[in-house]
Amino acid sequence: MAVTERLPLGRVAEEVRPEVELVTLTIDGRVVQVPAGITLLEAARLAGMRIPTLCHHPALPPEGACRVCLVEVEGRSNLVPSCQFPVADGLRVRTNSPVVREARRTVVELLLARHPHDCLGCVRNGSCELQELARQVGADPDRFQGQPSSVPVDDSSPALVRDPARCILCGRCVRACSLQAVGALGYAYRGLATTVGPAFSHRLAEVSCVACGQCASVCPVGAIVERDDTARVWEALADPARYVVVQVAPAVRASLGEALGLPPGTPVTGKLVTALRRLGFRQVFDTEFTADLTIVEEANEFLHRLAEGGPLPMFTSCSAGWVKFCEHFFPSRLPQVSTCKSPQQMMGALVKTYFAEVQQVDPDSIFSVSVMPCTAKKLEAARPEMGGGGRRDVDAVLTTRELARMIREAGLDLAALPEDRFDPPLGAATGAASVFGVTGGVMEAALRTVYEWVTGSELGTLEFAALRGWEGVREATIHLDGQRVRVAVVHGLGNAARFLRALEEGAPSPAEGPGQGRPYHFVEIMACPGGCVGGGGQPYALDPEVKRARAAVLYREDSSRRLRLSHRNPTVQWLYRHWLGEVGGEKAHRLLHTTYQPREPY
Amino acid sequence: MPVLPAECLEESDPRFARLDEVIERYGRNPSALIQVLHEAQKLFGYLPEQVQMRVARRLGLPVSHVFGVSTFYALFSLRPVGRHRIQVCMGTACYVKGGEQLLADLQERLGVGIGETTADGRFELQAARCLGCCGLSPVITVDGDVYAECKPRLLPAILKKYD
Repeated sequence: MAVTERLPLGRVAEEVRPEVELVTLTIDGRVVQVPAGITLLEAARLAGMRIPTLCHHPALPPEGACRVCLVEVEGRSNLVPSCQFPVADGLRVRTNSPVVREARRTVVELLLARHPHDCLGCVRNGSCELQELARQVGADPDRFQGQPSSVPVDDSSPALVRDPARCILCGRCVRACSLQAVGALGYAYRGLATTVGPAFSHRLAEVSCVACGQCASVCPVGAIVERDDTARVWEALADPARYVVVQVAPAVRASLGEALGLPPGTPVTGKLVTALRRLGFRQVFDTEFTADLTIVEEANEFLHRLAEGGPLPMFTSCSAGWVKFCEHFFPSRLPQVSTCKSPQQMMGALVKTYFAEVQQVDPDSIFSVSVMPCTAKKLEAARPEMGGGGRRDVDAVLTTRELARMIREAGLDLAALPEDRFDPPLGAATGAASVFGVTGGVMEAALRTVYEWVTGSELGTLEFAALRGWEGVREATIHLDGQRVRVAVVHGLGNAARFLRALEEGAPSPAEGPGQGRPYHFVEIMACPGGCVGGGGQPYALDPEVKRARAAVLYREDSSRRLRLSHRNPTVQWLYRHWLGEVGGEKAHRLLHTTYQPREPY
Repeated sequence: MPVLPAECLEESDPRFARLDEVIERYGRNPSALIQVLHEAQKLFGYLPEQVQMRVARRLGLPVSHVFGVSTFYALFSLRPVGRHRIQVCMGTACYVKGGEQLLADLQERLGVGIGETTADGRFELQAARCLGCCGLSPVITVDGDVYAECKPRLLPAILKKYD
């Protein structure tokens, strides 16, 4: 009689329920107790068996499409997909029998039959889950020869490139796109003709893709990737006639290390600056500087709207994916979106005006690069209104992943690099700007400034506990000199869609005061789950804990700073006094604000 | 992948109003998608892009989802269909008794491929999975009329019956 092992429940248990009901089953001859309600896959993981998976992704609903995670359950004539099979008392499961191993290998070999074998030329070489799986199960890539897909590459989007020939139809992107309430990607046709893509074989640029890149961050292979802009940046760096500057978003410093062999949660701010200098950038600026500037402009805009009665609630505008989503799916809300450009675009505008002026550089010789955790920023930089006089605010946008590739290609050992600081004047930032990279951060930063402007006194604590965390929608009420202001934080576009539909149906308990009749005054929306730490351009990560580790880095950057309120950033103050003029004034509006355009849903 | 015809229907086409009525009858319920598509196909003869877009918006579904369903089921057509629909059975029994020759002969005679419609819109040629009457093999059907133990030499006379 085997001894029953009560397995350490770990995270799985927390996610199920605090007081967990247990079931007893046998996995590979071991009698184990696991929480009820989990799947065989999760139970096996608790028991230390890593059943290989492919279409399974912890952030997505299970689909059971790929059949890689098959296991034997005694009494069942067929193998079952463990990712969808619930645990039950008395089950006897084999995860590692000859039948299972042979089936798994065959499944992977069938997937390889239509998948190109040119791994060396694929951007996912080394980070491809199919490649890893083939190695793990010992697959023979040539056992079956299938007809390769003839659907052409879609490079119509400035942000994402789809190569259907590499697609293995796992459906992760379809599920991610649907969770984002965008639904640009779907399955089409059937059998061998099955494809994944937009309806009617349209291209991404022709449908309501918001370029959030969540599809790319869950794609296990190289079928959906960010548009690679590294070649353009290398070319600019090698051109002596070009004055190449770079800016780096907050969330990049919290994640770049992962793509270069460091553990999640390693801050690499100083080393990142050195790496960028060694790559040849003339100036290394910090997008956090313009995050502070954004807060000053946006807080001012908010207080104006609050005083003038609308349009409220005001929605934040930093997330380029959210902006495009609003244009397609909730165009009637566009007047409520803050007109502030995002920090990336504010920096872009300042580099080719203010910086060019003080440094006496011809703005047309400047090549302005940004490093973003985001694919939608590529689309944002390409928007026609983001520039002036035939000049782009930002010339090239690199994702965290692309920068990691450039660092690797240049032979730089990030871990071994010395630390350096961002360049003045566009490199000085407060703690408020660091938290921009996490869901709730923009709201928190804005409230710090709004509160002090309105009440003339400092907040007791700068951290808004109610606005931190990972709930899809969080809200708080703050008291501004007797006025109750209701704010909300929303992340993930699926949550945003539900939130906006609830607003349309009239959410209960409208706020008192000038915003009467409107339940919220100010709402932060981030397209990606978790905010920029979970951005579509971040290093690949299956473990949801990774996002939290990145967020912790940004919270530490904030709390360790002396200055934690955007409007107290001395360089921001100087810029207004000597160059921009009034907050929300004419020059600020011309350079730092933008417009939106209603679009059709598709 | 088949290239789809880019036909443009007028917004004022009365069939759109009837399609809207159908969708309302189903209470704009997204789980009625297949029924709605069936009725849409009855109205328009096939499911052009504009019709699928209309259905998607009114049912609150992404058009990619509607397209997934309309391309999954063989009963839905994404291109205009002919006045008469010829199905050649490719089930096992019909296949071994000459179904393939029938299909090849019809393709040549009509000048179309499988799933295509003749230029004059008269015939649409389809290869069917088992039609369920193996005892009569090889079988073709035209508009549901069954022609049992069919031979290539009988085809001209059969086609003549349908204008």
